[in-house]
Parts: sequence; C-alpha cells; structure tokens
Amino acid sequence: MSVLTGGHSATEAARGRTFGPLYSRNALAVVSRGLMAAKSSTWLILVSGFFEPVLYLISMGVGLGPIVGTVAGPGGQAISYAAYIAPALLAVSAMNGAVYDSTWNVFFKMNFAKLYQGMLYTSLGPLDVAIGEIFLALLRGLLYATGFTAVMAVMGLITTPWAILVIPASVLIAFGFASFGMGITSFMKTFQQMDWINFFMLPMFLFSATFYPLSVYPQYIQWLIQAMPLWHGVELLRQISIGSFSPATAVHVAYYLVMIALGIALTTGRLRKLFLK
Amino acid sequence: MHNEATRSFSTSASFQMNPPAVITAENLTKSYGELTAVDGISFEVPAGESFGLLGPNGAGKSTTMKMIGGVSQRTSGKLSIMGLDPETHGPEVRAHLGVVPQQDNLDEELKVRENLIVYGRYFGLPLSYLRPKADELLEFAQLTDKAKSRVDALSGGMKRRLTIARSLINEPKILLLDEPTTGLDPQARHILWDWLFRLKEQGVTLILTTHYMDEAEQLCDRLIVVDKGRIMAEGSPGSLIREYSTREVLELRFGSERNATIGRELEGIGERVETLPDRVLIYTNDGESALEQVSARRLHPVTSLVRRSSLEDVFLRLTGRSLVD
Ligand SMILES: Nc1ncnc2c1ncn2[C@@H]1O[C@H](COP(=O)(O)OP(=O)(O)OP(=O)(O)O)[C@@H](O)[C@H]1O
Ligand SMILES: [Mg+2]
Repeated sequence: MSVLTGGHSATEAARGRTFGPLYSRNALAVVSRGLMAAKSSTWLILVSGFFEPVLYLISMGVGLGPIVGTVAGPGGQAISYAAYIAPALLAVSAMNGAVYDSTWNVFFKMNFAKLYQGMLYTSLGPLDVAIGEIFLALLRGLLYATGFTAVMAVMGLITTPWAILVIPASVLIAFGFASFGMGITSFMKTFQQMDWINFFMLPMFLFSATFYPLSVYPQYIQWLIQAMPLWHGVELLRQISIGSFSPATAVHVAYYLVMIALGIALTTGRLRKLFLK
Repeated sequence: MHNEATRSFSTSASFQMNPPAVITAENLTKSYGELTAVDGISFEVPAGESFGLLGPNGAGKSTTMKMIGGVSQRTSGKLSIMGLDPETHGPEVRAHLGVVPQQDNLDEELKVRENLIVYGRYFGLPLSYLRPKADELLEFAQLTDKAKSRVDALSGGMKRRLTIARSLINEPKILLLDEPTTGLDPQARHILWDWLFRLKEQGVTLILTTHYMDEAEQLCDRLIVVDKGRIMAEGSPGSLIREYSTREVLELRFGSERNATIGRELEGIGERVETLPDRVLIYTNDGESALEQVSARRLHPVTSLVRRSSLEDVFLRLTGRSLVD
C-alpha cells in the first residue's frame, strides 16, 4: 500500500522551506483555491455583482438624466448626468465588493463554512490566508471595474483615453476598503455586529457626492463627508473619467495609500484574533 | 467484549531507550472566559508512540488537540512540538502534522479530488507530487468513483474517510486524530485501524481521541484519561486496567426497574459494586465465585455474564457516573 510509504522528497522539500510565525509565503495556494471554487460554483454571484452598478447607471443615468440635464463636472465643464454619476457608481461598487469580501465573506468562511479552519491546519499561516483573500477580492474588483468601464464606453460616457485609469484607481479604492474590512471583522463575534457595517456603509453610499455635488450641504457636513473614504474615491474616479486633474487628485490617491497602510497594519495586528481563537 | 489478546500493538518502544519526545506539554491551560477547558495538563509523547486522550464530553480533548495544532492559543503553560512552539512557529510545526478534526471541515465548494489537491497546495507541495498522491489516497479511502463528485453529495462516513485521507497528503510525522472513527461503519473502522498500524510501523506518531474504549485499547500504547480539563490517570491500557479495575467483572441484569434496589443488596460481594441504569457491575478477581455468592443471597438476575475488565471499566470509574445520577 504505497500511500502509507512516506519519505517522498517532495514532502521533505515542502517541510524544509523557511516559515514565518504567521506566514509561509504561500498565499498563492489560497488564490488558486479561490479561482478553483469560483470556476465551479459562484458564477451567479459573480455576475450579480457586476450588474448592480450597471442597473443603477441605467435607471438613474438614462431615466433621471434627461430630467436633470447637464451638471458641472470636476473642472467646472458641463457633463451629462450619466457621465457625472457613472464614476461615482464605480467607486461605490468597488467599495461594496471589497467590504463584502473582506467582512461578510471572511466572517462566514471563518465561522460557518469552516474553510479557514481547514487551511490553518496546514502549513499556511493567517497572513497567507489574509493576503490570498484580499488578492482575490481585488481580482474580482478588477473584473467588475473593467466590465463597468466597458459599459460606460458603450453608453458613450467616455470622452478621453485617461478614463482607462479608472480601472486601476478602483482597484486602489477596493484595496483600501478590503485591507481595513478584514481588520474590522476580527472584532466581530455575531451576525448582529456584522450588520453595523451596513449601517455605516449605506449613508456613505447615499451622501458622498454620489448623485449630486457636495455643495448642497452646509459647510460642517461637507467636512464630515470629506473625511470619509468613499467621497475621495468618488472624486478621484470622477476626475480621472474626464481627464481633469488637480492637486486634489494627489490628495485622493494619498488618502487611499494611507488607508491601505493603516488597514494592513490593523489586519496584521489582528490576525491571531481573527484566525486563531 | 475484547481483552488482552488484542495487545499485540502495544509498547515495543518502552523496552528501548527512551526516544526523544516529539510533543511536550507542561501545565497546558486554556480558558474561555470563566470556563477553564484545559486545566494545567502535562504529558510527553515520544516519537513513534501512539498516544490516546480519553475523557467524557467537554473534558478538553479537542481543545488540547487544537493547541497542539497551533490553531488555538493557550492561556498559559508550555508546549513544544518537535522542539518548536506551535504558537510562534505555527506554519513550520503544521508542516509536520496531519490533522483529522472532530468535525469534518472539507471544502464544500470544491470537488472530492480537488479537496485533496488544494489541501496539498496549502502545504506548498507541487502538482507533480499531488496528482498521483491524490489518486492513491482516493483509492485508499475507497472514493475513486466519487473523485468528481461534490463534497456535499458524500455520505457522512465518506466525508470522514475523505478527511482522513486528506490528513495524509503531506506524509505527516505526527497525526492528530480527533474521534477519527465516529460515523464510520465497522468495515471502514477496521480499515482505518489497519492504516494506523501501518503508519505507526513507519514511525508516525499518533495522537488520538476516541469514545470507543475498544479502539483505545487496540490502538494506544499509552493514554491519559482527562476529566474537566485535568488528567485523572495515565498509563498503558493494560496498566490502567490493572491499577483501576479488578481482573474480572460480573455483569448482572435484573431489569431496569430493579437494578437500583438490588444493587444495594449486593454490597460486600467482590471488591466494588457499581449500579448502572441497565445493569449492575461487580468488580472482582473471580467472577464465578461472585456469581455463586449472588445466588446464595437468593437474588436471581435475568442475565449474568463474567468478563475480563476492560478500559471501559477504568473510564467509568475514573470519570464518575454523573450521567447516571
Ligand atoms: N470556542 C469555544 N468557546 C467557548 N468554550 C469552548 C470553546 N470550545 C470549547 N469550549 C468549551 O471547552 C470545554 C472543552 O471542550 P472540548 O471541545 O475540548 O471537549 P472534548 O473533550 O473534545 O469533548 P467531546 O468529547 O464532546 O468532543 C467545553 O466545556 C466546551 O464547552
Ligand atoms: Mg472533542
């Protein structure tokens, strides 16, 4: 019975690798597992994530657009209402996807599907799992952003080659939210607590200059919204989509770079709490 | 019932010089808030030994297993696996482990064979090794014809077999088996025992929990009985039986209504009388003469049976009869 005759050189080599306390340099295995799982089961969920912002764009851009007429874009020039909200919807969808993947999905796979328990009984460390899952979330975000940008092009909402940069920029936005989301999930014990995340996200979605300019608010509300991550994402993508850059563009990008750095620090610090009870 | 005849598997290791310990636990403690699940247990397992953890539900066996695997952080105490602390060297320690958790945690989103391959990838093993290995393991778990099935289409026992096969994908040096045979049919159970014997012959260290005392007697060189997070006894199955039980046991059934009352009238016969809901046990070195004494007292059981003491008697004695009273 050859199964039981050990001593393959492959297993010895795998054991002889250099390991860290929480990391085995094998996040790739987590990524390839995710791709394999996506291939066989979750097509419907994948597709629904793509359609959500498209449906918003059609209903509000095409439906509401003619009533609204043109609005002032980032540089002050007049653009159609659909062109105004499209980048904002892309930012929202990048946020929603990343937050869903790094909070609900992680929480479920940890506590119900027991997927991570299985992984963590192997030589994978919690950091491999975290990196792998964030990478998968970003990959999914990249697919959605590409699809959505294509829809924008088809609807005639793209007028400059700069617009192609909304794709990497929305991955940046997703990264900011995903790195933070996983750290926050480590504090959650029950599904009720998970609901608080939605409680925070819905107002951010509605009020971050998504559907109308920030100027409708009194000054102090504007400051509050400008402190929130989504507003920076919305503004960043809106500027890129019409190729109208300003020093504020750099501020928006910097905001996300800082958010990613803090999020990674938080998540790494909470890995034991998140994965090793 | 089973007896000494099954002891062929026992301690050849103990006659040699002590091999180095692969697992050392010192005052290992784990608390969940107020509750102390594992309460300062210490033990050593030498390489190649087959070591059992027995104990009633909630004793802390699985918690101990999780700490050994480095997936649960201990509250205090020391733990060393192959010279490494699983808390600070988790991935490295687990590279040597194979784990069968109490509850199957197969990847439900993957097919049966994919489960083995992907699990092997987690250990950093190359596909050139994993593909043939996965097929061998499927064969071995008698799941070859299910290779392309979804995991949720397997029966409970098949899932168990897949979990066990999966734990061998990295040719572990230490195998942690948390109630491995729960849910297996008798055939599968015996096949598993056979695998475990063979693994042991190759020097794999086995750490096993089970609620089947015959299994523990068959498989374990040495075991600890744990209750409420503490070690109640430690030793080989044979020595535990000698220490905590008599040579023979007389089992009497008077019908469930009468066991309790008659139990009291039997006091004084043998060394100890235990009344269970369904029967009365008399611990004695000579079962036949105890049975004569019972008849002499004009008590007539519906059935009577003289048997050798087993680990089950030790277990019941050490962990009390709380389920009964
Ligand atoms: N995650 C947890 N949170 C809180 N308490 C826990 C947790 N896991 C286990 N416990 C408690 O720790 C104690 C020991 O549990 P454990 O699972 O180790 O028992 P066991 O010996 O494996 O029992 P069984 O034979 O039923 O499998 C129990 O009282 C249990 O309720
Ligand atoms: Mg258990």
